Amino acid sequence: MAGIEVSALHKRYPDGTVAVDHVDLSIRDGELFVMLGPSGCGKTTTLRAVAGLERQTTGDIRIGDTLVNDLPPADRDIAMVFQFYALYPHLRTRDNLAFPLRAEGLPKAEVRERVEEAARLMRLGPLLDRRPHRLSGGEQQRVALARALVRRPRAFLMDEPLTNLDAELRADMRTEIKHLQGELGTTMVYVTHDQVEAMSLGHRIAILNKGRVEQIGTPLEVYDRPASLFCAAFIGSPPMNLIEVEVADGKLRSQGGLALTPPPDLPRDRRLVAGVRPEALEVTEPGAEHSVPARVVSAEWLGDEIIYVVDHDGHRDVRVRMPPTVRFAADAPVGLRHTGGPPPVYDVSTEELVA
Amino acid sequence: MALSVDEAVSTGPARDHAPPSRRFGGRGRAVLEVALLTVLAVVMLFPVLWMIETSIKENRDVYAIPAKFFDFKVTMEHFKDVFVASGGGRSTLSASFLNSVLVAGVSTALATVLGVPAAWAYSRFSVKAKKDQLFFILSTRFMPPVVVVIPIFLMYRQVGLIDTKLGLILIYTAFNVPFTIWMMKGFVDEVPAEYEDAAMLDGYTRLQAFWRFTLPLLLPGIAATAVFALIFSWNEFVFAIFLTSSDDVRTAPPAIAGLIGGTTVDWGLVAAASVVFALPVLVFAYLVRKHLVAGVTLGAVRR
Repeated sequence: MAGIEVSALHKRYPDGTVAVDHVDLSIRDGELFVMLGPSGCGKTTTLRAVAGLERQTTGDIRIGDTLVNDLPPADRDIAMVFQFYALYPHLRTRDNLAFPLRAEGLPKAEVRERVEEAARLMRLGPLLDRRPHRLSGGEQQRVALARALVRRPRAFLMDEPLTNLDAELRADMRTEIKHLQGELGTTMVYVTHDQVEAMSLGHRIAILNKGRVEQIGTPLEVYDRPASLFCAAFIGSPPMNLIEVEVADGKLRSQGGLALTPPPDLPRDRRLVAGVRPEALEVTEPGAEHSVPARVVSAEWLGDEIIYVVDHDGHRDVRVRMPPTVRFAADAPVGLRHTGGPPPVYDVSTEELVA
Repeated sequence: MALSVDEAVSTGPARDHAPPSRRFGGRGRAVLEVALLTVLAVVMLFPVLWMIETSIKENRDVYAIPAKFFDFKVTMEHFKDVFVASGGGRSTLSASFLNSVLVAGVSTALATVLGVPAAWAYSRFSVKAKKDQLFFILSTRFMPPVVVVIPIFLMYRQVGLIDTKLGLILIYTAFNVPFTIWMMKGFVDEVPAEYEDAAMLDGYTRLQAFWRFTLPLLLPGIAATAVFALIFSWNEFVFAIFLTSSDDVRTAPPAIAGLIGGTTVDWGLVAAASVVFALPVLVFAYLVRKHLVAGVTLGAVRR
């Protein structure tokens, strides 16, 4: 087991595309580290550079104490799980699992023992004699996971392993992966574009955008205080409401008069945007205390909650999360008020967190 | 997902589900269709039928007026003449057939050996100006061969490749490589790169990964591509007639054409030689017919 150190990684393809601009990561030993970002943000390229499947243009990668820049993938002692499973189509499950061990040249008895162990861990018993095309997507991915852990590598690299599974299966596998990683204590780097997956799996999350790291933090840190407007818009479903505000008589005020508790040390000379989570707002009867007038545009009835989209002084897209018992009709005049603590505030021009 | 070529071809015939038009009743329309298709088939297949008939007729039936369609005596003399010279020993035609086999086989093998790795590289790696390179490769096939035959002839004369089998092999390979690259790139694109990635993590080099995992999955595609290349080299006439002159180099197409044009034409021999010449391609095409369709319709089916 080992930590992974990525410093000043830069990857530029021969055709001129810059896939990774500048990435620094310090992944701790035994950590489940998630790289999250939209497609094309450089997360997969970074992972493939760590695996040795891509050679970075500049920058260093260390696994444990070893500088692995020039090591071929096989010598890095890592295992990878792919989005398309990549099980060898002509081999039965048993042989797919044994394959990397045989390639290493382990004695037969040990190969068998390790395959049995991995099969037990991933509950593959009945599938051992089937070929990949006779397995469902979920089964294939379990085999792929087993093939990764049969090697007992120093680190697991996961490249969107659940993207091709349907929603229900995805949730199950998520639990399974998290449990497995906790059990084995092996460092795991997990790439995904799904923020729910990132939040529920990661010990820490790195949010990447345009080949750069926007923020690294625990799921809660990332949720509560996104480091940039990009992170604010990316994390959370529905995402934060980004409301332009001014500082006036000790309060943050939007143009429509919505008052927010200001964080300390606000710079006064810049245009500011406050990031307000939908659950930090409340839809009230019109004219309620501290509320500003608003109008319901639409309501999404999700069963356990209702997401109201309200129109507040031309801001048509303010989203508010309310319990299912609070009901307002579409187009109804309502009040809108802030109930949470001081929201994170961003500079409009730099798009970064200022307070 | 791994997609074998067989899956890429729809198993059933594509049917038109549009309701039969009201003016043409379903039945009347079907009859008309069959009638038209029959006429078309007769027109298309008649030369082939006539070739086969002529090849097994005795000479006096070949020249009979009115032509005999059914009541003629079957003879295999012409086929014997294709392979055996009149004085005994091997005929020049049989030498031409051997030349054709050699030239078409070697040029196809060369084109495959050169084209498949190139297609793999274009599919897998990020190459500078990849699209422009691929377009350039394709563009070499834009012009008809006749256009370049004179310059090629002059160049070949300079380097001593005129009237050699090597010369034909090289020119056919040059024509087949671009085609092989383009057709194979489609097949390689369909094989997920993850197989190679996984194999590399398991301890293989990139080339080993290609050889052991990607290549076996490409075999149907390679077969289809090779058959196309083979058919091209086998049928090629223009270069063969311009670049060769002696009987021991000449391939079958110019050799068969050479049978016509003396004072008398032995049509039975011409027909028999043509049948022998057409057979291998028909057999090959039949064997790989599924893959041929897959090759032609590639890209129409998304995974």
